[in-house]
Amino acid sequence: MAAGPLLLLLLLLLGAAGPGAAAAAAAGPGPGLGPGAALREELLLRPLPAGDVAAAFQFRTRWDADLRRGAVSHYRLFPKALGQLVAAQGVRELHLALTQGFWRTRSWGQPPLGAPAGAELWVWFQDTVPDVDKAWKELSNILSGIFCASLNFIDSTNTVTPTASFKPLGLANGTDHRLLRYAVLPREVVCTENLTPWKKLLPCGSKAGLAVLLKAERLFHSSYHSQAVHIRPICRDASCLAVSWELRQTLTVVFDSFTSGQGKKDWSLFKMFSRTLTDACPLASESKVYVDISPKNEEKEFLEVTPTPTSVHEAVVQGDKRTYAVYDLLSPSLFNSSRSLNVQLKWKRPQDSQELSTPVLHAQRYVSGYGLQTGEISTLVHNTHPYRAFPVVLLETVPWYLRLYVHTLTVITKGKENKPSYIHYQPAQDRKRPHLLEMLIQLPANSVTKITIQFERALLKWTEYTPDPNHGFYVSPSVLSALVPSVVAMKDVDVEESPLFASLFPSSDGSSYFVRLYTEPLLVNLPTPDFSMPYNVICLTCTVVAVCYGSFYNLLTRTFHVEEPSRGGLAKRLANIIQNLERVCNLQSLPVMRRAGVKNEGH
Amino acid sequence: AVPVSVVFTPGSVPADLPRQLPYRDVREEPVPVGCKTPTGRRCPRSLPELLWVAPGFLARWQSQPRSRPSPPRLPQGTNVYVGKHRSALVRAGQGLAALRARLQQLTRVMSFTASSIAAALADRVPDGQLGPDARRHLKSSLGYEITFSLLNPDPKSHDVDWDIEGAVNRYVQPVLDKLSVVANFSVDSQILYYAVLGVTPRFDKESSSFLLSAHSLPHVINPVEARLGSSAASLYPVLNFLLYVPERSHSPLYIQDKDGAPVPTNAFHSPRWGGIMIYNIEAPASPQASLPLHVDVDMVRVMEVFLAQLRLLFGISREELPPEFQVESPGNEGLADWELDRLLWAHTVENIATVATTLTSLAQLLDQISNIVIKDDVASEVYRAVASVQDAMAELAEGRLRSAFQASKEAVTSSERAFFDPSLLHLLYFPDDQKFAIYIPLFLPMAVPILLSLAKILREARQRKKEPTKMD
Repeated sequence: MAAGPLLLLLLLLLGAAGPGAAAAAAAGPGPGLGPGAALREELLLRPLPAGDVAAAFQFRTRWDADLRRGAVSHYRLFPKALGQLVAAQGVRELHLALTQGFWRTRSWGQPPLGAPAGAELWVWFQDTVPDVDKAWKELSNILSGIFCASLNFIDSTNTVTPTASFKPLGLANGTDHRLLRYAVLPREVVCTENLTPWKKLLPCGSKAGLAVLLKAERLFHSSYHSQAVHIRPICRDASCLAVSWELRQTLTVVFDSFTSGQGKKDWSLFKMFSRTLTDACPLASESKVYVDISPKNEEKEFLEVTPTPTSVHEAVVQGDKRTYAVYDLLSPSLFNSSRSLNVQLKWKRPQDSQELSTPVLHAQRYVSGYGLQTGEISTLVHNTHPYRAFPVVLLETVPWYLRLYVHTLTVITKGKENKPSYIHYQPAQDRKRPHLLEMLIQLPANSVTKITIQFERALLKWTEYTPDPNHGFYVSPSVLSALVPSVVAMKDVDVEESPLFASLFPSSDGSSYFVRLYTEPLLVNLPTPDFSMPYNVICLTCTVVAVCYGSFYNLLTRTFHVEEPSRGGLAKRLANIIQNLERVCNLQSLPVMRRAGVKNEGH
Repeated sequence: AVPVSVVFTPGSVPADLPRQLPYRDVREEPVPVGCKTPTGRRCPRSLPELLWVAPGFLARWQSQPRSRPSPPRLPQGTNVYVGKHRSALVRAGQGLAALRARLQQLTRVMSFTASSIAAALADRVPDGQLGPDARRHLKSSLGYEITFSLLNPDPKSHDVDWDIEGAVNRYVQPVLDKLSVVANFSVDSQILYYAVLGVTPRFDKESSSFLLSAHSLPHVINPVEARLGSSAASLYPVLNFLLYVPERSHSPLYIQDKDGAPVPTNAFHSPRWGGIMIYNIEAPASPQASLPLHVDVDMVRVMEVFLAQLRLLFGISREELPPEFQVESPGNEGLADWELDRLLWAHTVENIATVATTLTSLAQLLDQISNIVIKDDVASEVYRAVASVQDAMAELAEGRLRSAFQASKEAVTSSERAFFDPSLLHLLYFPDDQKFAIYIPLFLPMAVPILLSLAKILREARQRKKEPTKMD
């Protein structure tokens, strides 16, 4: 019973790669790009509930060449830096995402491309790579150089090898998970210095096409920013006898147009990016802008897009029927009337936003407990589907300094214990590797599943603390991968023809679609020592030693004389006391003492 | 020393030959190299010795064996004909002294001179002794990466394509195969769009063309270089060769030299970095021609320039030859054997100098921080480096260039490994003054009473000396 759903899910996840891999019918290569290279660029604009707007850019470079070791050295559209990297390190598939902010699945819906806060890197290596760990280390260091990110902090303490959660998205012969490495750096801050190298990899740079909109000061003035690079091998044609390589560069950004637009939900390209589109990238074979104008509750006439779109595209994306207004930047008619394209969306009537349609699958995570010794990590997974249950693979990576007690692991759904059908647990080793916990959990329809596990906080060595230890230590988000049953039946679509945003995780069949969700990263306080203590100890010891030494030395070197008790008045006695004090305290009082001694002799 | 065999054809033996053939004749030509580095470091002791031995020549005079056919006669006007291997034909004639002078000239061309030594040691000799070109050569390294980049700043109007694979296989690979003794080479190429030069060219009305003047060329490279990207796969130095197709609004574009005349090749090179060539595209005959204009680059023209630049960067360019010299074309390999020898020799000397400096710096570090720990593996690397350098010098003196070069390469690797060993990170070691700074809060308060009482004792002793005289 336990193995049944697991097997099913693995098969489904594998199958998910199928249609994507069977990419058929090469799009006509762009002008003069040599044999078999094509660039497609795409921008998807999606108004979110509560007045936010999500903009998802995708740039896809397809190259009909085999990038394996030493086969190619002449690059045209494909960036040389990444091509050499893939060839030199024996990479089969590479996924790197740099994200600032957190995608609020509950209120924004499913992300176009999920990514955890911070940096995420997962790589499948070729089976010819002799030492995967060494290749992984070198790869992360090189990527760190290319993208100016702190990926060089990826080491064995934050790298795991998941067994079920991350399957190859491209063409793959086997799925020996020993060739997979996965790491998340939740602390990584993403900013302009990461965007510039990312833009440099685009064939047109930021000089033409959709990339003109990528202006750093606007992109980082947003609620959410995520940029990613995906490299994978795909089938060259339907018969799949030869391999092509695909580079997808994606960038998702969420603008809060409600607050910045004086309470109106209207937006335009110029308002968001402070630029407009003037042309397509001349190297691109396809350059399109999609605007999501899906009607809610059949109230179609509420919103209005200007200028008139070139065409309207209907598709089933992530289980929902959606309507898109399409602007084809390559069609000459678009720039006939005006020199630039500034897509605008206006709401005809102020829209009430109380009905938030919650997505079928969403999750949240928090840490609880008090004190600095123990604590508890809780994850809540929601299945809001009215009548269908589905399994979900949950991946937890917890650093070694939180010592998990596996016997406290509980999975509770609707008050009853929900036994995971598959558990893979790899305990941590201090300073060597993190905990890895993978579970396959069946989520009943319309339910909330609570997964809790207790931990103990370890004491670190004083050099292992970060520069700001009282800020806390990050625990990377947990990953939920699931095939979510779709409400609407989906058609099997041709990848080369369909828009890019629908084709990275293609659906396996008409009834479900693949979703990968990331929860919040956690911030856990560890017991921190008083870092100024060594300094205090040195100061205190030195002072005590110096004072003791001074007085001992005084005692040893002073000459003693018998002093007759003085019967003088109050003034004389006070003067004596002061003199005595001076003798004790003042280290320079030796001459004074001597004079006093002489005086006493005279009495 | 350079061993030279002089073979006389029958009937060409000078009359005033002093001795019976065959005999040996040694000539030394010392080249002093001032041994003071710009950084004020001590000059490695091995260098002057090396330089004493190197130039000059050792001639073995012998007569032509009877069995050989007589060589072709030299054309009129040329007295020396340099072959593509390691031989040359010299017209004898006006006596032994003239022949000697000519031989000396010949060894200078085919072997090395003071200037080539200076170039090999460019980083280690004072600036004053160097010509302007001495720092042009690439530093010796175990490998090089050669990157050809096609820059197309205007993909809207020009659709440029180049057959770089074919051109590399046809023209570059033979040269690199020949050079593979010296280092490993890897070749790749890329096409960059919207990559512009950092300088706006000036429009010249007379020729209705755009001009880049020589003094603005240094500013051209920087903005381009940001786009080139560094190599992810290796740490070898990169040689960049850029082919720049100017924008439609800036073409044709020509480079002007210092005198204002256009440069015939329309290319320039940057020392130790690479070369840039500007490739103009003729405007279409009819203005209605549809954009983008498809252009196939004429790779023969481009590769001629790039190969010449490659030779320049490796320092195997021909030095100006005396007029009566004639050089055989090296053919497809682009490189004569004697040129390769020169290159090997220069790289060996440079490697030896590098090892000497590295080990000297290591020794200086040890002098400065006396309590640094040298682990056994570091020590063995140092020993190995020294042994290899000695090997290299011995082999060099014997004239076995390849094994000398091999040994010098090993020496460089071991000395670098020793020098960059992580255990030698000097931040791990406290200098003495820092230790003193730590203990001063303890010792200063303790020292005060001691010093004061010392002062007191002195004063009392002095008073006691005075007092008896007073009493008396």
